[in-house]
Amino acid sequence: MSSVSVRIPTILRTYTGGEAEVTAEGATLRAVVADLEASYRGISARILDDNGKLRRFVNVYVGDEDVRFADGLDTATPAGAQISIIPAVAGG
Amino acid sequence: MGEGPRFMALTPAVNLGPATALTCRECGNSRELGPHYACEECFGPLEISYDFGDVTRASIEAGPRNIWRYRGLLPVPENVADTPNLEPGLTRLVRADHLAESLGLQRLWVKDDSGNPTHSFKDRVVAVALAAARELGFKVLACPSTGNLANAVAAAAARAGIRSAVFVPSNLEAQKIITTAVYGGTFVTVDGNYDDVNRLASEIAGEQEDWAFVNVNVRPYYAEGSKTLGYEIAEQLGWRLPDQIVVPIASGSQLTKIDKAFQEFIRLGLVEDKPYKVFGAQAAGCDPVSAAFKAGHDVVRPVKPDTIAKSLAIGNPADGPYVLDAVRRTGGAVEDVTDEQVVEGIRLLARTEGIFGETAGGVTVGVLKKLVDSGALDPAAETVIINSGDGLKTLDAVAPVVGPSANIAPSLAAFRASGLA
Repeated sequence: MSSVSVRIPTILRTYTGGEAEVTAEGATLRAVVADLEASYRGISARILDDNGKLRRFVNVYVGDEDVRFADGLDTATPAGAQISIIPAVAGG
Repeated sequence: MGEGPRFMALTPAVNLGPATALTCRECGNSRELGPHYACEECFGPLEISYDFGDVTRASIEAGPRNIWRYRGLLPVPENVADTPNLEPGLTRLVRADHLAESLGLQRLWVKDDSGNPTHSFKDRVVAVALAAARELGFKVLACPSTGNLANAVAAAAARAGIRSAVFVPSNLEAQKIITTAVYGGTFVTVDGNYDDVNRLASEIAGEQEDWAFVNVNVRPYYAEGSKTLGYEIAEQLGWRLPDQIVVPIASGSQLTKIDKAFQEFIRLGLVEDKPYKVFGAQAAGCDPVSAAFKAGHDVVRPVKPDTIAKSLAIGNPADGPYVLDAVRRTGGAVEDVTDEQVVEGIRLLARTEGIFGETAGGVTVGVLKKLVDSGALDPAAETVIINSGDGLKTLDAVAPVVGPSANIAPSLAAFRASGLA
């Protein structure tokens, strides 16, 4: 299994017991989110909408790449990757 | 959840004037006023909910000659004007007959926000963010910026006597680097584009809990400051709304808040309820909202910006979907222009009205021209455009194409010989 590091935004830290950074397993972002759900029940529904797609106002980065510029939830998450989940409502 | 008082015990009551709560624009979920910006349920943007008291034309006109005349409509304490701040706003609304004539318009106004203390509309939003941040207990005023916001945050923090922390892309115009650094706060240039800097700021905001990133973790308050542009336009027109308005789009917040201001004035009975059309302006090198509008989409696909209009170079605009809503609801449009048209727009505004706008102003004038030429904008209807910043901050844009008429010896003979008489 490939182990990755996931940075958790403030508004999701209620699910991670206050942890700002957690470890998860999975070869794609989709698998990583599923693994997060297994560890932190309820967190997946905050990140994905009812159709299982990334919510409109969530940005997810694998390394420096915004997954919307890559393959979305199918973006590969190689071992050791740094993943960041960030509210999109910022800037300007 | 239940037992509501638990939270109240942890969060001291805040006094932000007429503001009552934060409500998610997407799902309607509400929570108490605080340092929150994204909905816990769906990540949607939080908006301020209000209980407006008795706001009248007379009560506004009796207020100070700056944005605090509208404090009864903003998330700020009643005594906001008493603490040191830059006192922005009430910039000129210029009747632009020469520009109108050159474009074939009947009546045109330029809301010239280069007249603010740090020469852009950002002083408005920062003033509101500063007031809210103080009330919410933050210690540092921070931001990611394309330049104008950097100036405004660094200056406002200096005036307020608090620390600033400003993050900008390292390739920013030299003028905007200098006009930020001079205020002496913490100032970091980042090797990346604005969207990279924005992401970094969001991550830092998650660690530095007493840092108010004005356009990140206090964005719901900050963004409300742009409403004052709309309020002022209506008041300066003699308490009425224009028929059409053209607004530059970066994150899209300014456009949506001007629309919100017009709607609030209608609801409060301060202006007559009439139709108006909102138009958005982007640069072709960063046109995600324009592209979505033209394609009929209601989601905005991010782009990697490449334009001289750096203050509008946000490839992933947070309020893009709401811009589309406002523009489509009012019957407007979103258009974009090339960098060459941006430069021509800057020169046209300067030549016809004596207003030197920055590249964002050039985008707006360029789009105005394009909308008139295409017939999307009615030349017989009263139109307002926004010049959001000062051309002195983007000199590089026009430096290659403007210069002296001649260089002569200091003699009358040389002047006569130049043929310039």
